[in-house]
Amino acid sequence: MYYTVDRGPEVHEPSIPDAWELVVGLEVHVELSTKTKLFCGCANHFGSEPNTNVCPTCLGLPGALPVINAAAVTSAMRLGRALNCEVKPSVMARKNYFYPDMPKDFQTSQYDQPTNENGWLDTPAGVRINIERAHIEEDTGKSTHVGGDGRISSAQYSLIDYNRAGVPLLEIVSCPDIRTAEEAKAYVAELRGIVLALDVSDAKMEEGSMRVDANVSVRPRGSDELRTRCEVKNINSLSSLGRAIAYEAKRHISLYDTGDRPIQETRHWDEEAGRTRSGRSKENEEDYRYFPEPDLTPLVPSVEELEAIDASLPELPGAQRSALAEAAGISAPDAGLIVERGHSQFALDTIAAGADGARVVVHINNNLAGGLGELTPELFAGLVQMETAGDLTSTQTKTVLAQMVESGGTAADIAAAKGFEAMDTSELDGMVDDLISSHPDEWTRFCEGDEGDAKKMAGFFTGQIMKATKGQADGKVIAQILNSRRS
Amino acid sequence: MTTPETASPAAFGDAQSIANDVSSGTRTAASVVANHLDRIATHDGEVHAFNVVTAERAMDAAESIDQRIAAGEDVGPLAGVPVAVKDNMCTRGVATTCSSKILEGWEPPYTATVVERLTNAGAIVVGKTNLDEFAMGSSTENSAFGPTHNPWDLDKVPGGSSGGSAAAVAAGFAPVSLGSDTGGSIRQPASLCGVVGVKPTYGAVSRYGLIAFGSSLDQIGPFTTTVADSATMFEVMGGHDPLDSTSANQPALAVSSKLDAGVDGLRVGIITEMAGDVIEGIDADVIARLRAAATALEAGGATVGEVSIPSSVYGLPAYYMVAPAEASSNLARFDGVRYGLRVDGANTALMNTASRTGGFGPEVKRRIMLGTYALSAGYRDAFYGKAQQIRTKIIEEFTAAYEHFDVLLSPASPSTAFALGDKAADPMAMYLNDVCTIPSNLSGQPSMSVPFGVGDDGMPIGVQILAPLMGDVVMFQVAAELERVANATNEAGA
Ligand SMILES: [Zn+2]
Repeated sequence: MYYTVDRGPEVHEPSIPDAWELVVGLEVHVELSTKTKLFCGCANHFGSEPNTNVCPTCLGLPGALPVINAAAVTSAMRLGRALNCEVKPSVMARKNYFYPDMPKDFQTSQYDQPTNENGWLDTPAGVRINIERAHIEEDTGKSTHVGGDGRISSAQYSLIDYNRAGVPLLEIVSCPDIRTAEEAKAYVAELRGIVLALDVSDAKMEEGSMRVDANVSVRPRGSDELRTRCEVKNINSLSSLGRAIAYEAKRHISLYDTGDRPIQETRHWDEEAGRTRSGRSKENEEDYRYFPEPDLTPLVPSVEELEAIDASLPELPGAQRSALAEAAGISAPDAGLIVERGHSQFALDTIAAGADGARVVVHINNNLAGGLGELTPELFAGLVQMETAGDLTSTQTKTVLAQMVESGGTAADIAAAKGFEAMDTSELDGMVDDLISSHPDEWTRFCEGDEGDAKKMAGFFTGQIMKATKGQADGKVIAQILNSRRS
Repeated sequence: MTTPETASPAAFGDAQSIANDVSSGTRTAASVVANHLDRIATHDGEVHAFNVVTAERAMDAAESIDQRIAAGEDVGPLAGVPVAVKDNMCTRGVATTCSSKILEGWEPPYTATVVERLTNAGAIVVGKTNLDEFAMGSSTENSAFGPTHNPWDLDKVPGGSSGGSAAAVAAGFAPVSLGSDTGGSIRQPASLCGVVGVKPTYGAVSRYGLIAFGSSLDQIGPFTTTVADSATMFEVMGGHDPLDSTSANQPALAVSSKLDAGVDGLRVGIITEMAGDVIEGIDADVIARLRAAATALEAGGATVGEVSIPSSVYGLPAYYMVAPAEASSNLARFDGVRYGLRVDGANTALMNTASRTGGFGPEVKRRIMLGTYALSAGYRDAFYGKAQQIRTKIIEEFTAAYEHFDVLLSPASPSTAFALGDKAADPMAMYLNDVCTIPSNLSGQPSMSVPFGVGDDGMPIGVQILAPLMGDVVMFQVAAELERVANATNEAGA
């Protein structure tokens, strides 16, 4: 399967002062993309007309009862196993609180006996983040507040759509093992890669099928205490995650620096303002009065079921990175981007078709960010072979590749159609010598100027040759000739 | 004592005779239904068994059954049998209120599995019966729509919470009815109204469409005038329902298979705690009838002994933690947002509060508060957790008892019917009515009340038969024997 992941712009957050260390735990909700909801036969479908995917059970009508969706439980267990969790006999529990989006005024979730416990995930950089639990629960409906500024406090009335009520979720709770905002992003990106590889969710942060809440605190570097944490919600993208964590950490540090301290509370990330805002205080923390759901029986997977699940797991991103690194002769972290974009199988197939691994990786990373289009591993291998044989310069290769993505076709045909033929080095030798004679001042600056000057002049000579050859010359060869003339 | 006109069980025959007559064309379903509707019209003003009588629908259904029979169709074992349904079971298009203001006028868009199965077998729903609000009570006085009266003595309670359904059968408004039993709510009113009332093994009958009170305790069962009719009802309603995850994955138990088998060789154990003064407040005339039942079974060839279930004395307090805890969660959904009563408030939370304050009666509020407290952080282990431990202990003790006995016997109610208003102001006195019935809700085992004579006041008394989980067949076997003895005694006396 080839799929594409939008990684978002690479934004590095300004780091926090050295004296402080960040302590972050993440709660990630993943909507499981089952055909039907968790406890009824209604379609699990995003984007339907409001209140069309509903029935007595997911509307919480009096007398209606839940029946658990076995496919959702299987997805949950697969994801659990992929996260190296122990999958145990588990019990659904009621989490009681009043909320108009929640038809029964309790959420059917799991409490002291979750399906998955004690797992871990390694980020591409090799950092291990422990996972406390990954439990099954149902989603709520969605309110639209009409009138006022769109918030419930000023609304004239609210409309509730229960299509999402009862959609299966897996909540993956990490241990507070994350130490930088970059690590948090890497954890979520890796988790997302695993979810996509398992095909248990489309995991779109923008559509809410993957939601991330961050528990953030700071402590003096070197200490192992856990200080007051704030739970940051409303984070809608990976880059928001990084910024929200960095903001929150700095807020805590400045409170400590002024002799104050943060209070434990839920805070909302305000994307436009680039800051978190206080939500409901956890001082009068809600008492959810958990107890085992009496309308459902315990979930007890059989040994055979668990074996089948383990056997069904596809190659996960970590293993994909190792395999690609080995095949391409690169480091595992360097294989990260290709795997994240879902192109590792494509890369392996191309290498298997006879292409140079390192070049394949460079092209996929740099020149195929927009997708593979009409490209196949065989066609791509043909192109890379022409490039490494010296039949095409790297610039020409890039041009041909773009055309192949758009229209397909072999590299040889496209190169011929574009009039790309490899330049004879002896022809280039003559052109460079002519150029040196006609531009003595520039040549002196190239040979005797400082580093900046030399670089600038190298660019000048190369540009002239490229202009004369309409870009068909190989830049590397020109540089070699120039250097050979200097001594 | 003269029997009032309101008391006339099986006024137009029991379910078996009606189904036979209707199937064979001796009587039409329409005439049977019309007879019952007439009787309801004449006497329900005094009894108030019904919240709503579905006369028009019932007549339509009867006519359609008659047409099918005329066309030679077999319409099922309950052909033309009128059934009264407790008003906490959903019936599509017919108001289902739980006798609560909070649900007044609510019409469910679907029908409970049990009602579906009964009507598929030819039964005809004649109305929805009164109950203690959300099935919380033992006298049917906690109804938002006024109490039901005992047909045998209109100044007395019919028991509860399924008082309307018990009274409907005792009054001859319907030969059979449906109740729900969370802590004795079928068996105690059956005892007080002199009818047969069955709580099947938990999971033997689907709960889908029953508006939950205590989900791990609730079980639907029949009220009838004969043990055989209860067996037919049970067999029609029982068996796996894919819509109820707690329903046992097996076909309906064949409870009518041994009704004529007698009790020779069966081992019968009287529960010591409920046959003397260990549990206080059980009347002497009630215990006398229990002993008489044991003697009758002995005469039939059974061996009778006594067995102690020591933790049964903690059944009541354990129940009053577990049931309200589950109820506090089950009843959260009545919040004014989607259906039922809405009382406006300045914001959603205040609207929720106003709706619930206005919609629930005092007993329901008391139990929601009790249950909320029992589950609260810091108290959960001491209350809800402890209660679950007692529950486990009770199950263990019953399991041990059934190694030596096939069935157990106890009273169904500590007394005969008491006067309306007598215990209404004293919740503890009211709760004690369920002391004999609650243990089998906690354990899940089947139990039923069979009429076995009358008390010193001439009011009916039922004997409770208990059996192991899924042991409903032997329970019915013993019930049929007691019924034969009781009938023979009545005839001898009459
Ligand atoms: Zn649904």
